[in-house]
Amino acid sequence: MTKDQIEAIVLRTLRSIAPEADLSQIKPDVALRDQLDVDSMDFLNFMIGLHKELNVEIPEADYPQLATLNGCVAYLKRLEDKAERVGGNS
Amino acid sequence: MAEFVMPQLGADMSVGKLIAWRKKPGDTVTRGDIIADVETDKADIEVEVFTGGVIVKFLVQPGDKVPVGTVLAIIREEGKPVAEVAPSTMPSIAVPRLAEGPAPSKPLVERAEPVRLRISPAAKKLAADLGIDASTVSGTGPAGRILREDIERAAAAKAAQPVLTEVVSDRQARMRQAIASAMARSKREIPHYYLSTTIDMSRVMQWLADENLKRSIENRVLYAVLLIKAVALALREVPELNSTWLDGRATPHSDINVGVAISLRGGGLVAPCLHNTDRQSIDDLMKNFLDLVKRARAGTLRSSELSDATITVTSLGEQGVETVFGIIYPPQVALVGFGKVVERPWSAEGQVVSRPTMIATLSGDHRVTDGHRGGLFIAAVDRLLQELGEL
Repeated sequence: MTKDQIEAIVLRTLRSIAPEADLSQIKPDVALRDQLDVDSMDFLNFMIGLHKELNVEIPEADYPQLATLNGCVAYLKRLEDKAERVGGNS
Repeated sequence: MAEFVMPQLGADMSVGKLIAWRKKPGDTVTRGDIIADVETDKADIEVEVFTGGVIVKFLVQPGDKVPVGTVLAIIREEGKPVAEVAPSTMPSIAVPRLAEGPAPSKPLVERAEPVRLRISPAAKKLAADLGIDASTVSGTGPAGRILREDIERAAAAKAAQPVLTEVVSDRQARMRQAIASAMARSKREIPHYYLSTTIDMSRVMQWLADENLKRSIENRVLYAVLLIKAVALALREVPELNSTWLDGRATPHSDINVGVAISLRGGGLVAPCLHNTDRQSIDDLMKNFLDLVKRARAGTLRSSELSDATITVTSLGEQGVETVFGIIYPPQVALVGFGKVVERPWSAEGQVVSRPTMIATLSGDHRVTDGHRGGLFIAAVDRLLQELGEL
């Protein structure tokens, strides 16, 4: 999966959390919590949404790495690449 | 025969608009069934029925806006004869005063009166001339009768708030008005007292981190749930706080239903309750909390969730707030506020160490409890959070 494809999934998931937000205005390196006024419940739902979309487990300790849009894409890309490597070696 | 009335879903509700019936005459309903959808200033609510039986007749049609307490439908209770619902005994529409006084403990029903507002003919004509909805006006005449002067006051108030009235159809504006009404009433009528304590959160945060490490994403727990559960269990120890203030006295409640302040996206808030909060496991509470927030934001709350709380919990720590000075939501008698978890110097075992701490506050109604009992309550919340095994 490309970074663009992952970003599209992240944005789609965010849309379900903050339907009123204009996601085209999101600054990729600024915290999503600050831009979208999401609380811990919203963030948990965001994580659940990504889990369902991408079938990935994201430990709570890694949440800070997903604080921004770019952070989300980079983190999920690493997970994706790691999963592909493991799959390729098996 | 039982009357199904427009419920009062919080102190800030004086009228409700019937959106749709979910049942039809002849249907059998049991307690807890959703019978109608009602629009309030804050949200669209699924209204439950509290009496089982057979629906005999609907008295209000979808689209009608009626005062709280208005009889919407007649239900023949199980085992009761049909003769009881003869037309001569049909109830009338309730006409509660829409004043900003204490909320009625149950809807007022004027059995002897016909189905109409108590309003003088002159006032009725004036209301029509000035475009005032008489059902939203507080009557100051005998038995709440709306007088010409009441309509004039309502018209003057409307004229004084041109911006607000222009957007009154907007849900946000109406919600703001509803909150303003309830909070103004609270500040006017409830003698608040305030207590606070700083709670060492290190055990809670460690327990949560360990627990969530073992759980899949979908089963993780938010620390807010632990706070809600601790409040519920503390109410068992200080049951006076599990009351509502109605008709000039405290009414104790047996069930513990903790209300949770939920901010809505785009502004405003609602405070529905989690029923039987004290008896729910942490897992169930988390699942139901997720569902409650989702439905609150989607506008699909149930009537009992908005009317059964005796206390509200509000947590503003995520907004950076350290201390909450809460305003009680009448007819409830207390509000618990939780602030941000902050590392603070903490004295433990003769040493000053850095600990994650949180300031918890209690806003109490001094008509119902005093600082001593409030202090025991907030101390119980602290103790329960240290003894996580009891949660």
